[in-house]
Amino acid sequence: MSAAQEQGGGRVALDEKVRAEIDDWVRRYPPERRRSAVLAALRIVQHHNGGYLTVPLMDAVAEYLDIEPVSVYEVATFYSMLETRPVGRHHISVCTNVSCMLRGGEEILAHLERRLGVKAGESTPDGRYYLKREEECLAACCGAPAMQIDHVYYENLTPEKVDEILDRLERDDG
Amino acid sequence: MSDEVTIEIDGRPLKARKGQMLIEVADAHGIRIPRFCYHPKLSVAANCRMCLVEVEKAPKPLPACATPVADGMKVYTRSPKALAAQKATMEFLLINHPLDCPICDQGGECQLQDLALGYGRDVSRFAERKRVVAGPDLGPLVATDMTRCIHCTRCVRFGEEIAGVKELGAVGRGEHMRITTYVAHALRSELSGNVIDLCPVGALTSKPFRFRARPWELIQHEGIAPHDAVGSNVHIHTLRGRVMRVVPHDNEEVNETWLSDRDRFSYEGLYAPDRLERPLLREGGALQETDWALALERAAARLREVVAAHGPEAVGVLVSPSATLEELYLAQKLARGLGSGNIDHRLRQGDFGADPAMGCAPGLGMRIPELERVDAALLVGSDIRRDQPLLGLRLRKAGMRGAEIAVLNPVDYEFHFPVAHRLITDPPGMVRALAAIAADLVRHSELPVPPAVAGLVEGARAEERHAAVAHALRRAGRGVVVLGAQAHASPWFGALRLLAGYVAAASGAALAELPFGANAAGAWLAGAVPHRGPGGAPAQPAGLDARAMLERPCRAYLLLGVEPERDAWNPAAAARALGEAELVIQIAPWLSEAGRRWAHVALPAAAFAETSGTFVNADGRWQSFEGAARPPGEARPAWKILRVLGTLLDLEGFGYEDPEEIRRELRAAVEAAPEPAGTVAAVALPETTASLWRVGDVPIYAVDALVRRSRPLQETPLAVEAALRVAPATATRLGLAAGARVRVRQDGTQAELEVVLDRRVAEGCALVHAGVAGSEGLGPAVGPLEVVAG
Ligand code: SF4
Ligand code: FES
Ligand code: FES
Repeated sequence: MSAAQEQGGGRVALDEKVRAEIDDWVRRYPPERRRSAVLAALRIVQHHNGGYLTVPLMDAVAEYLDIEPVSVYEVATFYSMLETRPVGRHHISVCTNVSCMLRGGEEILAHLERRLGVKAGESTPDGRYYLKREEECLAACCGAPAMQIDHVYYENLTPEKVDEILDRLERDDG
Repeated sequence: MSDEVTIEIDGRPLKARKGQMLIEVADAHGIRIPRFCYHPKLSVAANCRMCLVEVEKAPKPLPACATPVADGMKVYTRSPKALAAQKATMEFLLINHPLDCPICDQGGECQLQDLALGYGRDVSRFAERKRVVAGPDLGPLVATDMTRCIHCTRCVRFGEEIAGVKELGAVGRGEHMRITTYVAHALRSELSGNVIDLCPVGALTSKPFRFRARPWELIQHEGIAPHDAVGSNVHIHTLRGRVMRVVPHDNEEVNETWLSDRDRFSYEGLYAPDRLERPLLREGGALQETDWALALERAAARLREVVAAHGPEAVGVLVSPSATLEELYLAQKLARGLGSGNIDHRLRQGDFGADPAMGCAPGLGMRIPELERVDAALLVGSDIRRDQPLLGLRLRKAGMRGAEIAVLNPVDYEFHFPVAHRLITDPPGMVRALAAIAADLVRHSELPVPPAVAGLVEGARAEERHAAVAHALRRAGRGVVVLGAQAHASPWFGALRLLAGYVAAASGAALAELPFGANAAGAWLAGAVPHRGPGGAPAQPAGLDARAMLERPCRAYLLLGVEPERDAWNPAAAARALGEAELVIQIAPWLSEAGRRWAHVALPAAAFAETSGTFVNADGRWQSFEGAARPPGEARPAWKILRVLGTLLDLEGFGYEDPEEIRRELRAAVEAAPEPAGTVAAVALPETTASLWRVGDVPIYAVDALVRRSRPLQETPLAVEAALRVAPATATRLGLAAGARVRVRQDGTQAELEVVLDRRVAEGCALVHAGVAGSEGLGPAVGPLEVVAG
């Protein structure tokens, strides 16, 4: 999995396929609003880079969209879905906001911490999981307690269900 | 429909323009609404909420900075509801503020401190832990204490909207938001110091001024910045006679509210270790301290000896283009009083062929604010952004509004405005390209072509790109052709000047001449040029220009505020001439190493902020100022030194009481002199071909003796040393490897330089900066250069 090639001097060039995906978003905005594609571009680059962004990658996005690097850093650090330090491949967000807390969200988080052997905010040493720090309401209150792994929602969780989900994920991952 | 609406603020009926924000209307009428993030020169962010006011019929208080006026609106800025909102905002702002005023440099001039006094509570209700934010290192000019930041984003908006380089950003979110460059680097903007003024708290402060003094101890004086043709209005703050800092003084017509870093931080050079504090005389080979009476007497006596032995033409007077009008006037009066016409301030100019055709004084050809409204511009040999930072800012405004800007430069300088046409070529190529643009205009214009221009245009072929530039200028309602510092350094400046004059006239554009110096216009008016006296009247006698004075050496030199080893177009020739001269009298605030070698008499002069005088800016505005600080030691204002010297030489009319008297005399001369109307029959044209051209531009912090001594400025990324900067293609052709040290030869001189690959440099050129360490031993700023060996 890669998003870019080393160019020396701490610079990288975005891969062809990554550029193509970004272009797909660039096309949706007027030409002078190329910068609007920054959010999509960062998501794409993060996806191809195994779940996180680096400064050289953000710089490459800045160069590709013709904006100042610091504008890209601003966006990348603002959104909690974007990671600016190395983290595990699968991002797990457990909701502990009001509805979920009332329905056992904290227990779910504790269970995950036990199973993965890491605290919220940390990644497993094998680089497989990243257990994100408390997320605000995931907007799945009706199915509380809820969590999100990568782009998929899981609801009405119990510790057993969580184990099943992770087991399946690990099987699929190989 | 009328654009005017009537509103009522605090019971006062007021007229306002539709679309104006409430805060603007209140400000215009002296109604003070508290604010942090709002700044009249920046976009509205409305993020601090300090300006909340009560508006009738609005359910909640509204931010005055982001609420447009509407007819009949009733606003209360001090009602219980407004005050409650303002006080609540203040309480929230202070939650995460360290309240470390006793150790904060902003203390005493802090908007937060001031407003907290009016709107804050005595005791904080917040007992929890406050956040702490490590400040990024922004380089030698701006100190950071980010725990104090209130996230108004003024500094961010300044970079993005005004300076055109966004270096600071708001990273993170909510309580974790912080202002930073994210990836640590020193600020690269030539205007970075303005964030110090903009920051309403002590998060961004002046690093050189850090912990030096408290604002209330300082005495404020008005002054004029001494480095470029803008003549920015400044406030000079002194403590016990010493300059502690320089800050802008608002003047919409000149510098608005901004100041370039060069103007703001150059004062740090004032007290450099090589400051001259006592007169020096060469006795038996060595310079010895002496008293004023003896030094002046000896200077006069030796000058007289040279004149008696070799005639007055053996005396050359070289003056700084940043000397005051009064000094320049006295210097030329002294030279001419002795019978020598050899006086010039254009040390960096390469060719004087257009002299007879020059106007009264160089300038912008329009008012400074008008530059914002041009529709097209052609920059010829100009890095306007670094050479004249605040004119660059004005042009940027035009560019952002859609002005079509073309550049004809030997280096593809990075501008902060969009460039529509780029002609990047070697020095002879610049003349050819400008001739091609002129040739296209000849076809479209009725204007008679002056014979000298006809000669230049003959045989020139306008390609599409030249025609495009000509077209842009012709089509523009308001255009400008700028002749910058690099054009003046060309050995064919005469040709460039005549062509530019024609291009401007034929396309209906203004001609802006922007040589170096704070007072180039003043120097012309004062008669500090060899062919014109005060006011522009023909000089009697005419003499040698700066280049000729050094290349065909004089026997005696009087140097006023210049360091020829750095300031001359051809430093090698200058060193030869001065080293061999019988007499070198140096009137200057500092004495450099080189000066120490060749001066026979060194007279310590007052520097910037220490003397009264006048600068004439690019607008033609005469801006007079008083001395603000005490010159150190026995240094004296140069006009007084010249006055005594003139008297000792028994010259007429040196009995001035004060600078005002000198000014009056000069003004009368300027008013009496007829508009110069000379013409030139023909000028020198490039015929030499070279396999490599030296392009010696002067970096922003190398332009004069004062900035060169400012340590903080010399530590910024914009301060660079001489190197052999070539485009990759040129390097390949010449077999040069990046990082290698090579010997270069120019005009019988040699230097060793490091090869740096630089894509901006035109093919066939080597950018070897002038005015900096490493190139003092070389010849002409612009001319053929040879790489001897790797
Ligand atoms: S550093 Fe100063 S100017 Fe910048 S956001 Fe903070 S308070 Fe505002
Ligand atoms: S509170 Fe957990 S999804 Fe809304
Ligand atoms: S000044 Fe209006 S919100 Fe900051």
